[in-house]
Amino acid sequence: MQLDDLYRQVIMDHYQHPRNQGSIGGETLSIDLKNPTCGDEITLQMKIEDGLVTDVRFTGTGCSISLASASMMTEAIKGKPVAEAMEISEEFRRMMKGEEFDADRLGDLESLAGVCRFPARIKCATLAWHALERGADKKS
Amino acid sequence: MDRAMIRRDFPILDQKVNGKPLVYLDSAATSQKPRQVIDAVSKYYQEDNSNVHRGVHTLGSRATDAYERAREKVAAFIHAPSERQIVFTRGTTESLNMIAHGYARKRLREGDEIVITPMEHHSNLIPWQQVAQATGATLKYVPLQSDGTVSLADVEATITQNTKIVSMTHVSNVLGAVNPIREVAAIAHRHGAIMVVDGAQSVPHMAVDVRDLDCDFLAFSGHKMMGPTGIGVLYGKREVLEQMEPSHFGGEMIDTVELFQSTWKEAPWKFEGGTPIIAGAVGLAVAIDYLNEIGMDTIHRLDAQLTSYAMERLGAIADLTIYGPSGERGALVTFNVSGVHPHDVSTVLDSEGVAIRAGHHCAQPLMRWLDVAATARASFYIYNTEDDIDVLARALETTKEFFSHAIR
Repeated sequence: MQLDDLYRQVIMDHYQHPRNQGSIGGETLSIDLKNPTCGDEITLQMKIEDGLVTDVRFTGTGCSISLASASMMTEAIKGKPVAEAMEISEEFRRMMKGEEFDADRLGDLESLAGVCRFPARIKCATLAWHALERGADKKS
Repeated sequence: MDRAMIRRDFPILDQKVNGKPLVYLDSAATSQKPRQVIDAVSKYYQEDNSNVHRGVHTLGSRATDAYERAREKVAAFIHAPSERQIVFTRGTTESLNMIAHGYARKRLREGDEIVITPMEHHSNLIPWQQVAQATGATLKYVPLQSDGTVSLADVEATITQNTKIVSMTHVSNVLGAVNPIREVAAIAHRHGAIMVVDGAQSVPHMAVDVRDLDCDFLAFSGHKMMGPTGIGVLYGKREVLEQMEPSHFGGEMIDTVELFQSTWKEAPWKFEGGTPIIAGAVGLAVAIDYLNEIGMDTIHRLDAQLTSYAMERLGAIADLTIYGPSGERGALVTFNVSGVHPHDVSTVLDSEGVAIRAGHHCAQPLMRWLDVAATARASFYIYNTEDDIDVLARALETTKEFFSHAIR
């Protein structure tokens, strides 16, 4: 087990300098999600206009993996059609299961590939994505 | 008693994890089992397995004897006046739920009070929330001191003539605080309330005498005291066990069954509906033999020595916060490394072969009181050594170093 496989530089960068952290003002789609087994929390807010994710922000508490995953997710889906965001989410899930995935589609998120070798940490990485999927369900 | 000798009784400890010798520091979650217990459970299944209290055949008698002898052993271990005051359950959680639903729910009314503390494990908190919601009784909390202990003055101020139940953990699974149960029980009784004790973290580590504590109920788990998972204990005074109603109905627990009504056996059997956890009870009895052989006072001393060594070693690490009292404490140290989430701490420690617990430890209200999302916890038992603590301390330094580099 190599720690460097898990804690890649780009993950640490997102952990230290989370992108799109904060709240979108006014009435907006907002999802609160907790990982009850460990206490991690995330609030994900999205602005969806004409089927596009025009803004997305998050706040929360959690470990490096969960916060970095949330930060990278917001970068990956911002400005994209909701349908494409869901496809990225599917791709991410495949990566977490250790299945074949399309690296081009995931960009920076590929740095989280090592997480699938740390079974106890998969839930950390997927928390933000559960929030995203719940948000998309709410909207549709 | 030599720790190295004790350690040899635990086959699971002799392995490598991630290429490093395993250092198991999660005994507050579940203890490891000595060879004697593992062998006894295996022997029971190989030689005596049968259902209890039913068959007339020889195996049936052997299984019944073994099961009932285990009850006697548990009674003697906690100094219960009679083995009839020992109910076998699945564990502390089930024991506490049985009290809440079988005893409290039927008896409490609006205006009555249940008194607990913010340091309770969810299993000694949610059942009481449920009772309060169902009966209209009020749930009250004894406030904590800044070091996470309770003061008797606060206990005195919280308990009133309307208090019917006081339920408190003997030793906190997060703070390590040891609560003055005997004194709290005396205050409870003076106000006409009963005293319920969560002994999950105390019974494995110290001599517990229910007559000395004068508690009305005591709940604890076998798996934290070297026994198998799935077996636990509910001790109760005779009168409260008589008043308590069964929660599970079916085979084993009945006296007479008619078409539209039935009557129960006496306690403890009326609480043990269905085929009980026979092999678990057999294993628990052998675990008690094992603990008795070393002696609970010796165990308490060994655990206390190791805990103070850990407090000293971890206390010397910069940027590490330790939670809970600095004086007397249970065999655990809960902490956070500044700037590193407990999950990340735990993953780095695991890569060094060190197993600790990270998270909210089933104590979310306490996490809020501490104003943290989660913590890391190292917990000890007599098979741990000072070397284990040294490995932990070094691994924590590695964690700090790793994250300071990774973050740069």
